Amino acid sequence: MEKRIEVSGLTKKYGTHLAVDDLTLSIEKGEIFGLLGPNGAGKSTTILMLLGLTEVDAGCVKVCGIDATRNPLEVKRKVGYLPEDVGFYNDYSGLQNLMYIARLNNIPIKQAQKDALGILEEVGLLDVKDKKVESYSRGMRQRLGLADVLIKEPEVIILDEPTLGLDPEGVRKFLQLIVRLSRKKGITVLFSSHHMHQIQQVCDRVGIFVKGKLLAEGKISDLAGQLFTKNTFTIEAGVTSNQANLKTPLEEVTKKINQIKGVANVTLNNNHFFVESKQDVSDELSKLIVNLGYGLSYLTKKEYGLDDIYHKFFQEGKAI
Amino acid sequence: MNTKVLKISLSKLTKIKVLELINFNDFFKRSESGNTSNFTLAPFKVMVKKEITDHIRNWRFIILFAIIALACMGTLFSTLADSAKTLAINNSENAFFFLNLFTKSDGTLPSFFVFVGFLGPLFGISLGFDAISSEQNKGTLSRVMAQPIPRDYIINAKFLAGIIVISVMLFALSFLVLGAGLVTLGIPPTAEEFMRIVIYTILSIVYVSFWLNLSIMFSIRFKQSATSALLGLAVWLFFTIFYPLIVNIIVKGFEPSKYASQSKIFIYQKLKFYLVQIMPNELFNEITSALLVPSVRSLGPLTMEQMHGAIPSTLSIGQSLLLVWPQVTGLLALTLLCFLFSYVIFMKREIRSRG
Repeated sequence: MEKRIEVSGLTKKYGTHLAVDDLTLSIEKGEIFGLLGPNGAGKSTTILMLLGLTEVDAGCVKVCGIDATRNPLEVKRKVGYLPEDVGFYNDYSGLQNLMYIARLNNIPIKQAQKDALGILEEVGLLDVKDKKVESYSRGMRQRLGLADVLIKEPEVIILDEPTLGLDPEGVRKFLQLIVRLSRKKGITVLFSSHHMHQIQQVCDRVGIFVKGKLLAEGKISDLAGQLFTKNTFTIEAGVTSNQANLKTPLEEVTKKINQIKGVANVTLNNNHFFVESKQDVSDELSKLIVNLGYGLSYLTKKEYGLDDIYHKFFQEGKAI
Repeated sequence: MNTKVLKISLSKLTKIKVLELINFNDFFKRSESGNTSNFTLAPFKVMVKKEITDHIRNWRFIILFAIIALACMGTLFSTLADSAKTLAINNSENAFFFLNLFTKSDGTLPSFFVFVGFLGPLFGISLGFDAISSEQNKGTLSRVMAQPIPRDYIINAKFLAGIIVISVMLFALSFLVLGAGLVTLGIPPTAEEFMRIVIYTILSIVYVSFWLNLSIMFSIRFKQSATSALLGLAVWLFFTIFYPLIVNIIVKGFEPSKYASQSKIFIYQKLKFYLVQIMPNELFNEITSALLVPSVRSLGPLTMEQMHGAIPSTLSIGQSLLLVWPQVTGLLALTLLCFLFSYVIFMKREIRSRG
């Protein structure tokens, strides 16, 4: 696969404060990469350096094979960047705002007009294109921002906290839009956020960024594997025991569950079993419970999500 | 032996040829890549256009333009009535009737050049004080910066748009005054008068653009537009009111007695003259008076020897221009200095989305 973003040994200092510390990262073509980290972790600074908008203290940044510190203009030609909390010229209409950006990218006026209308339709703003941006809602502004990014037909899109301040429905739609566009056009997306759920929904790969350091990087499932090497699976089972022909008490069942291969720990709590195991034992577990004459009211598999990973890493981050 | 030498030399020759070809290709490649990185001016034009539109649509501009236009109209009417009389009395060739339109007034209202000198700085400050800071606060600066345009396009466009707007306005006013004179009097201005007025207008554009540049510099440096506006006004007030006061106080200390020698008085006058030369408004006043009043022969003090043998007549336009050349240079230098500082601050700056 082609590398779209390559960063090695990237360092940025503000005075004595180390904002980004020896960051190495690479993102492949067509990938949606999530940069996850708390506020002030250096996500925005990293993005600014990717675009050559701020000076790099050490290290090397290559976007689409172009050195971003040496040749920021070429990079900006190929990269669409949606800044955090983007602003528009309020007394211009959405279309005019978009056209201005298109013209700054040196797209001929007729072509720009055609493209702009197409993109506005794609992001769902075609019916409000002639309204002034000041009347736009937060979600509409954000979608206009995305249109702004798309009009130059970028190879890479960088979104800095794009879902900030959107309502849940708006977030969902916005994320769907990004995924759809990325898949359709094969655009590489770098997505920074401190909301793990959003990242989990859309990103192929995730980098966890705390205090200027990339603590972990990879697919979400791999990250869970890295972190929780033991007992990755937790199964919760609820049983009903109001039948008359019960031969084994619940304590006995607990012991039997413990004998299933791979199960490490079983706890019983008021008709609920919590089973921790190395592999997926839901099959055996359900059979066992039913065979013993209990009714199985529910069985849920809990997989470790980004949530747990996030917390785990942030605890480590604090320790640094 | 010979054949061997021949072979070697031939192979070397072909190598050279190959080398040349490679170089040639390389050269072409480089020039091609040079072409792609050679930026067209189209985005810059778009930016300038947008800035001009923004200025003209802006209420701030409309109000200030109305004030200046009304002030000029007022003076124009009072001067026209006055000048028609003077022309009737004194119908000599050296009357410079059209220049009088810019400089004379009947006392009810200040004359045209006073208005331009007074309101020009305000105009420049008001066009520039929020140039960068408002874009930064609105979050549009980082959006524009994410586009493939060199960073200096932004301030260049702001500056150029400001100058264009100022030029259009000042030329319109100057020609309005000229035209009004033409209509009332029915005689055309002489070529010299016309040239003097055009040069005066161009230099007043330089003067206003100094204030524009100063306020753009403040708007880059300070995040709050109000701060930069106030600072611009403070500088303007300092130069119009406080600096002359300070100069007076300093100069008082050096004041020679009535019976001091000629040379002492001359040095004292020189000191007085040079101390005010760093004031942009003083520079502009001198330029104005030399250009619009052809009988002004010197700006600083003159000794009796220098005056000896001078013919009491007006100067030609070339001579007048020569007289104020240092002032013109000074004004241009101040303008460029402001621009330079804005450049240095802006190019080094890290641009975050807001604040």
